[in-house]
Amino acid sequence: MSKLPSRRKLITAGLSAAAGASGLVAAARLADRYGLIPPDHGGVYGVGQTLTYASQRLLVPERSLAREFNRSDISKVSPVNGKPPESETYHRMLAEKFADWRLSVDGLVARPASFSLAELTRLPSRTQITHQACEEGWSFIAEWTGVPLSYLLNLVGILPQAKYVVFFSFPEKSFPMGRKWGSLDMVDAWHPQTLLAYAMNREELPILHGAPLRVRVARQLGFKSLKYLTRITVTDTVKNIGKGLGSSSPERGFSWYGGI
Amino acid sequence: MAQSAYLASRATRVSEITDTVRHSGIVRVTHWINTLSFFGLLVSGVAILIAHPRFYWGETGGLGTPYLFELPLPYMKGGPSGWGRNLHFLTAWISVLNGSLYVLSGILMRHFHKHLVPAKADLTGGSLSRVVSNHLRLKRPGVDTEHSYDVLQRLAYLTVVFIAFPLMIWTGLAMSPSITSVFPAVVSVFGGQQSARTIHFFAADFLILFLFVHVAMVCAAGFKNRMQAMITGRISHGKDRA
Repeated sequence: MSKLPSRRKLITAGLSAAAGASGLVAAARLADRYGLIPPDHGGVYGVGQTLTYASQRLLVPERSLAREFNRSDISKVSPVNGKPPESETYHRMLAEKFADWRLSVDGLVARPASFSLAELTRLPSRTQITHQACEEGWSFIAEWTGVPLSYLLNLVGILPQAKYVVFFSFPEKSFPMGRKWGSLDMVDAWHPQTLLAYAMNREELPILHGAPLRVRVARQLGFKSLKYLTRITVTDTVKNIGKGLGSSSPERGFSWYGGI
Repeated sequence: MAQSAYLASRATRVSEITDTVRHSGIVRVTHWINTLSFFGLLVSGVAILIAHPRFYWGETGGLGTPYLFELPLPYMKGGPSGWGRNLHFLTAWISVLNGSLYVLSGILMRHFHKHLVPAKADLTGGSLSRVVSNHLRLKRPGVDTEHSYDVLQRLAYLTVVFIAFPLMIWTGLAMSPSITSVFPAVVSVFGGQQSARTIHFFAADFLILFLFVHVAMVCAAGFKNRMQAMITGRISHGKDRA
């Protein structure tokens, strides 16, 4: 250990450092190309987010199904976080049972469209009893019914460059962009258990659970299942939405990916 | 080579040793990386916990449902659990990668075999009770523990490395809806996601308890001496012992 390193050792070390650095750059490019880098990859915490997201995208089969339960497992209490949107529009629509509410779907799609609640309920549906855990630690099991997001994406025709499906809620003054928003990568967007849910435990979606329509993402924590939807946009980048971190949750210190 | 120096030193009588290698480089580096990542996991674990300091058994649980017990802490919603999770996963990755390096190198370099697996003779009732009674009478660790662990130390370290840490990782993965979509048994063996969370908490408590005993024993054995051994790898005699 006390010997000075020889010239050969120095050259070898320099070459391997250079190879390592260029290897890292190449790995980062490849990872980006194969969708292994989350939008909130920056900073020290971004290292952890990227490792988690990349390893799960590499190791977890795209179509592995979240655990489903029996009717007898459904929780009697289904706690929630957050309040319904404060906006007048929301409360007017609520009073009118969302009769003139519409979900618009735009962005990188061949046929932009909008759907009324009645139209959505006439589309093919899926019902599943799944476990939802909040990032705070509590959890419940509930039955959800809705249109598989994949069905809707096929209906509007997704363009090949699509990378994210972005969801927007009703306006809320307390949020930086004036509303909550979130996004899924195409893996979870196409996942068979990802629903646009309009019913919970065989009744219409309760106000606190996101009426009239919410996303249900079975393989991620509860905060990824955005409530009170009004609009869906398909994009190839989330850099120009909000702070570019992929949803409003990273702007408040939470991760974008919630598969944990 | 550290190995041969260590073995050679063991061949000489203890009284002749003045400066010997106690811990290999890989053990020292992984020990201190683990110290830092464990501290990060502890702080961030508490940050996550105080969002909901209540524990349940089975699959589900929340406010308004039966629960096992509650810690006397305030419910801090929407605050520290954000950075808490970010730090928890960052330090969990460091801990897992570092721990894997330690275990792999420990197997390949026969660290566990040579230094941690207790001899059969030490596992007999009489031998065990002698070591236990020495500890209970707070007898100061002898010079022999500077070069080799006693049977309780060996069992404690093996438990931490091969039971407590793997259980932390396992119960952690059992709380991931993505992981359990591939391997449902990861969570069902515990009887549900909330059971896994509760076991995760108790396994962490065990590790904290180990940490306190570990640090207390280092102090009892001679803080400077043992710290030097874990930092420089070398142990010097007669300097730190009254």
